Amino acid sequence: MTALIFFIFAGIAVFCGINLVVQTHPIASALSLIGVMGSLAILYLQLGGEFIAAAQVIVYAGAIMVLFVFVIMLLNAGAEGTSLQVSRFTKYLGIVLLAAFLGLISFIIQAMLPKTEGVVFGLFQGGTALDVGRKLFTVYLLPFEVTSVLILIAIVGAVVLARKEV
Amino acid sequence: MNFLILSLIKAAVVAFVLLTALAYLQWIERKVIAHIQLRVGPYRVGPHGLLQPLADVVKLITKEGVIPSHVNRVFYLMAPWVAVTLALISIAVIPFGPEIQVGPVKTWMQLTDLNIGILFVLAVSSVGVYGVALGGWASNNKYALLGGLRSSAQMISYELPLGLAVAAPLLLANTLSFRKMVEYQTGYWLGFIPRWNAIPEIFGFLVFLIAGFAETNRVPFDLPEAENELVAGFHTEYSSMKFAAFFMAEYANMVTVTAVATLLFLGGWTPLFPEPYSDAIPILVFLFGGLIAIYHGLNPARRKDKFTLPAAGLVFLGIAAIFGLSLFVPVLKAILMALFWFCGKIGILLFLFIWVRGTLPRFRYDQLMRFAWIFLFPLSVLNLLVTSLVVALTSK
Amino acid sequence: MLNSVPLNWYLILSAILFGLGVAGFIYRRNIITVFMSIELMLNAVNLTFITFSYNFKQVDGHIFSFFVMVVAAAEAAVGLAIILTVFKNRETLMIDEVSSMKY
Repeated sequence: MTALIFFIFAGIAVFCGINLVVQTHPIASALSLIGVMGSLAILYLQLGGEFIAAAQVIVYAGAIMVLFVFVIMLLNAGAEGTSLQVSRFTKYLGIVLLAAFLGLISFIIQAMLPKTEGVVFGLFQGGTALDVGRKLFTVYLLPFEVTSVLILIAIVGAVVLARKEV
Repeated sequence: MNFLILSLIKAAVVAFVLLTALAYLQWIERKVIAHIQLRVGPYRVGPHGLLQPLADVVKLITKEGVIPSHVNRVFYLMAPWVAVTLALISIAVIPFGPEIQVGPVKTWMQLTDLNIGILFVLAVSSVGVYGVALGGWASNNKYALLGGLRSSAQMISYELPLGLAVAAPLLLANTLSFRKMVEYQTGYWLGFIPRWNAIPEIFGFLVFLIAGFAETNRVPFDLPEAENELVAGFHTEYSSMKFAAFFMAEYANMVTVTAVATLLFLGGWTPLFPEPYSDAIPILVFLFGGLIAIYHGLNPARRKDKFTLPAAGLVFLGIAAIFGLSLFVPVLKAILMALFWFCGKIGILLFLFIWVRGTLPRFRYDQLMRFAWIFLFPLSVLNLLVTSLVVALTSK
Repeated sequence: MLNSVPLNWYLILSAILFGLGVAGFIYRRNIITVFMSIELMLNAVNLTFITFSYNFKQVDGHIFSFFVMVVAAAEAAVGLAIILTVFKNRETLMIDEVSSMKY
């Protein structure tokens, strides 16, 4: 059952990733990215990270991608025009080389970690909100406060950059 | 029983009841708004317009679904589907009652209990913005685009006070699952005041309700689909079943928001009075309703009411008799009492939604955004601060 | 159906998504699509963090992933504001055409 869910959602993630790179219209790419994030949230659930899965959907797919979709709609971004002036041979060679590169990386990873234990859904119970919160507010308190300052800087920067020139 | 079969049965029951309830919620809304505006509402299709939702469903299904030629086909067809699916998914984690035992089967009246249940509902409502935004953009129509943009900006702006208002009862109850949240709210202070979260968290409750109005695009925050200003906003170019899908998504969102408000703040299915006295309340409510209906049926204002009002009165008396009988059957009593209190509280909150729709004018868009960022967001942050201060100082 | 998935497969999936992100970053010309490829790379890294957190049965990987999400949010906000400004001045979203400071 775990393997079935992994294959389905990993397949959806890879398909949406390829779709992101291949589609010409930015909105289609944005929706593919939302598909990737959703399937990754399911994979996080399998790995025991329930809080992170919910945070991924709420923050990433529900807020950051809405921002992207908003900007695409505002700027009325259309489909890309003619692509780079490369010959078809180069494009096909690029796809083949990309596939070979990814295969090589997969082989290296498989060779580095041959005998790892399997992932069983429910084996790792330490990813609840309680555990994340406990670590976040004791051991990692300083990075937490620093990221809140970072968000404040980002808000001020975005407001300053995007306002009208008076 | 096998977990899968039990879940399928529960899902089928919930889906059927929910879809019927959504259709009749529209009937209730039209009747209540009509009576607020001193008119009658749907009256002719069936007794007192009770078959009006059926007529609407038949009309919407058989109407010609026009797909304009200038739209972006894939997203145009995808948007209502996304909106409806996400609106109906979040009912999966709502518990309707406590653990019941029907014969050999012991189960909760809930489809599934996630221990991040509240985060799940927030996540689904965050992604539900896309149905509206895509529907507005794909229609290739400036009114629809404006409606879609405004609506998505409004929904993400009001998610912030919503989430912070939800965080305060989470601090009190120390859990993220709905089941344990309702278990935290059982019991009574001083013997008769229920331990609902709305009593210490009254500001949180009000902020949650106001943000809930904005999340579901209801008046006074319904500028994105304003009928007299934006030519129906983001669903301008939609007809027949796709329009029905958006409509159903809006009502399902309303039910979800009121259900979450009931579970987080009003104690879910816990009764208002302590246990032996609260059994009489459903019986008394339906008895009075039936007697009033029969009394008005004896000298009716309109000729048709000579038959319909006594019939309605008899139905109410029958329901009161069922509640009375269930006092002697413990299994039935647990189910019926929990359902009565839960649906009663949801019904009161939905009546509040409809009442506000008939009463208040709508906000202008910049007033709406200013209200969210300058008033509701600091208020919810302040509420969370005070709650966390009190919890930190009084915890052991 | 197996009941357990080898941990390598999650790492391989993460590497594939990262590679696809790099490919999109290099190949595409629309600045918003380039940005989304960066987000894809960040998501792939998040998956690696959570996988290793499962491997060591600790929750620290989840916290790192949380910080990556926060940084991605801040970066998306500022980056999109920059894109809006560039669009206002240059009227174009293709990165090839914003080349007035080239040699």
